[in-house]
Amino acid sequence: MRALYTWVCITFMVCSAAAGDVLIALAMRRIGDLGEFRRTHGFLAVITRVLSGGALFGGIVFMALAFFSNLIGLSWADLSLMGPASAALTFVTNALGAKFFLHENVDKRRWIATAFVCSGVLLLTRS
Amino acid sequence: MTLRKYLVLLAVVVFGATGDSFLARGMKDVGTIDIHHLSHVFTALANPWVLLGIFSLLAFMSSYMTALSFADLTYVIPATAIGYVLMALLGHFWLHEHISLQRWIGIALITAGVGLVAGGPSRTEHPPAHLPDPETAQEHV
Repeated sequence: MRALYTWVCITFMVCSAAAGDVLIALAMRRIGDLGEFRRTHGFLAVITRVLSGGALFGGIVFMALAFFSNLIGLSWADLSLMGPASAALTFVTNALGAKFFLHENVDKRRWIATAFVCSGVLLLTRS
Repeated sequence: MTLRKYLVLLAVVVFGATGDSFLARGMKDVGTIDIHHLSHVFTALANPWVLLGIFSLLAFMSSYMTALSFADLTYVIPATAIGYVLMALLGHFWLHEHISLQRWIGIALITAGVGLVAGGPSRTEHPPAHLPDPETAQEHV
């Protein structure tokens, strides 16, 4: 039964993390390069600009949900299961989210890179 | 990509890895959280390792957000996966851990993936939708 709880937790964590990543990426894209913005407008303006985005707060809420489900998952399963399972699945869900919601150019090169990294992480942490 | 941008990606790698390790260490102290008492997860916030993990993850978040301000999500995530390789190599050369053939293949795959994505453009350029086409605009003048 604990294995089932763990996988429900991993699924919930992966979906929350992907939603959080997509929303935060959307918020940061709207702002533009923070380094350039800081040079032209100053540090305080960067903080105000970052905190004024609604998508960012949505992203933080989803990230917090992912964080607490990760904590609960770590109390049920080892990092050696939680780490690779959540990392490998998050790579794929993020690539799908970026393609369909952020309209990023996820070309063949990026899909192959995602597949390489995903299988590499699985091999590295499951052995 | 400038040196500053590569340093931001390095900060994402370092703070992400240390944050996860500190959290895992802290949750070993806290113990199992019962499914019927999920609110006990908040007691973990009093553990110093968990707190250290949270501070590391805050640093990770700020560098991650900075990275996403100049690069695509599908660039940042695979590019920062080099952290898994660094941790394995640190374990091998510093802690003298054994790395099996399967792990070496994993390291090679991640390095190839990071190399592939880092060699491409970091940002998808979206044409601004609100600007009028200059040729059509001239026709109306």
